Amino acid sequence: MTSPDIAQDDWYPVAIAAMLTAGAEQRVTLMSHTLRVTRDAAGKATVTDDHGTARPVCEAHGHVWSSIGTPPHPIFSLPEGVQDGRRLVDCGPVRVKASPLRVVENFLDIAHFPFVHTDILGAEPHTVVAPYDVEIRDTVDEVWATKVSFYQPQAAKSASDGIVTEYEYRVPAPCATILYKTCPPRPAEMDVIALFVRPLNEELCDAYAWMALFDDDTALEDLIQFQQTIFLQDRSILENQVPRKLPLDPRMESPTRADKTSIAYRRWLKRRGYHYGAETRGV
Amino acid sequence: MSLHLYDYVLSGNCYKVRLFLALLNQHCDVTAVDFFPGEAHLSPTFLEINPAGTLPVLTDGDLTLCDSAAILVYLAQKYDNSGTWHPSTDAATSAWIQFWLAFASKLSDTVGQARLHDMLNLPCDIDATRTAGHRALRELESHLSEQGFRGHRFLIGDTPTIADIACFPYAALAPDGGIEHDDYPAVRRWLVDIRRLPRFIEMPGIHRLHDQADDPTP
Ligand SMILES: N[C@@H](CCC(=O)N[C@@H](CS)C(=O)NCC(=O)O)C(=O)O
Ligand SMILES: [Fe+2]
Repeated sequence: MTSPDIAQDDWYPVAIAAMLTAGAEQRVTLMSHTLRVTRDAAGKATVTDDHGTARPVCEAHGHVWSSIGTPPHPIFSLPEGVQDGRRLVDCGPVRVKASPLRVVENFLDIAHFPFVHTDILGAEPHTVVAPYDVEIRDTVDEVWATKVSFYQPQAAKSASDGIVTEYEYRVPAPCATILYKTCPPRPAEMDVIALFVRPLNEELCDAYAWMALFDDDTALEDLIQFQQTIFLQDRSILENQVPRKLPLDPRMESPTRADKTSIAYRRWLKRRGYHYGAETRGV
Repeated sequence: MSLHLYDYVLSGNCYKVRLFLALLNQHCDVTAVDFFPGEAHLSPTFLEINPAGTLPVLTDGDLTLCDSAAILVYLAQKYDNSGTWHPSTDAATSAWIQFWLAFASKLSDTVGQARLHDMLNLPCDIDATRTAGHRALRELESHLSEQGFRGHRFLIGDTPTIADIACFPYAALAPDGGIEHDDYPAVRRWLVDIRRLPRFIEMPGIHRLHDQADDPTP
């Protein structure tokens, strides 16, 4: 272990901003600490810990974020979240008995689409992932995968036919990941789907899916339930992964599961010394 | 007349209806209700449709049905030309169907509750709920293994009925709520037999059999 504080000093989602109404109070667990999340009459969100001490708080990308440490930087930016014409969709927190890092890694993995999201995000015999680019962008300290493309029977709720979907993946923080994908009704733009994860402990987390889409036609309920369908298919896979924590030792990576993006993600975590939710034996 | 289902995609009770409609090859319009995170089933608009605030709800013309078991009975009697899904040939069979429809509620209240707790953080006494869930699965196991000795693959006889459809979803989804299938081999076999049915559809947490196409039903 290098610095155990690295993980504590990050921002994590503690509530859906729109659902934290004035006067409301929600209790959530973040890294084994109980936090009280409230919004005052003036509309300001506050977070206090179990000692009544105020914790850092910010509102961004549809969520209220907080920390049990002291984040040295503001939360990552996501400009598409405020772009005109996008519909912002809160899909809610889903609890998963897995390491938050495994949840992020699974989100980055395309190869499982035909087997886990059959006839939606993938279908046999279209199982081969074409070569794509992965880099750790040092200027922003983020993992990016670009030029990813994959055949999808139903890429979005708004898609009526199978299409080859183009993807970009981004990991702006260890427990947050964002994808940009072909937007069927608006070919010049890309839809944005994000997954923000709050670790309750190293092996249990709440995952908030959030979307910023160009789609004025589909009912909100259908957009939410399309995404929930996908995520709940992942959940039953995630809960069966062994070990529950994400192995950072290259010798523990099984070559089939660890695709290029996941290898980069693990390296980046290791380089940062982010070990919360990681299996670090042998590192 | 046209069928209309108020549906929530993660609900096992709603899936009973979707699955049965698919098996009957019966079309139905669907309206998604934002049960989570929106709690739209408790909104005034929805309570107007079903004062109990539960899903699923099925309407057929003027008729509104608010309970999955009632919906299965209705669909079987009205839309199943084969007459096999709700056989009412004798008193005992009718009674057994009734028994398993009631038992399905027990699964929903135990195994289903544990799942909502583990997945959507809905409050409950999780240990007591899981214990009750295991007790219900043991009951199912014991019946299905006896059925096996009689050479019957389903809850009632050797053809599937609405009793199987009613009990299938929450039995299958048990691991989502931390209730594993390890101790219930007869249940596991029965779950596979249902997934093998022609026109079977999946839901999140219940996977289709990937060898389905090549695997002729024995
Ligand atoms: N007896 C009803 C129960 C249905 C039920 O409990 N549905 C759940 C969703 S799976 C629901 O709507 N719950 C709302 C609530 O309990 O407030 C049936 O079988 O249809
Ligand atoms: Fe997935």
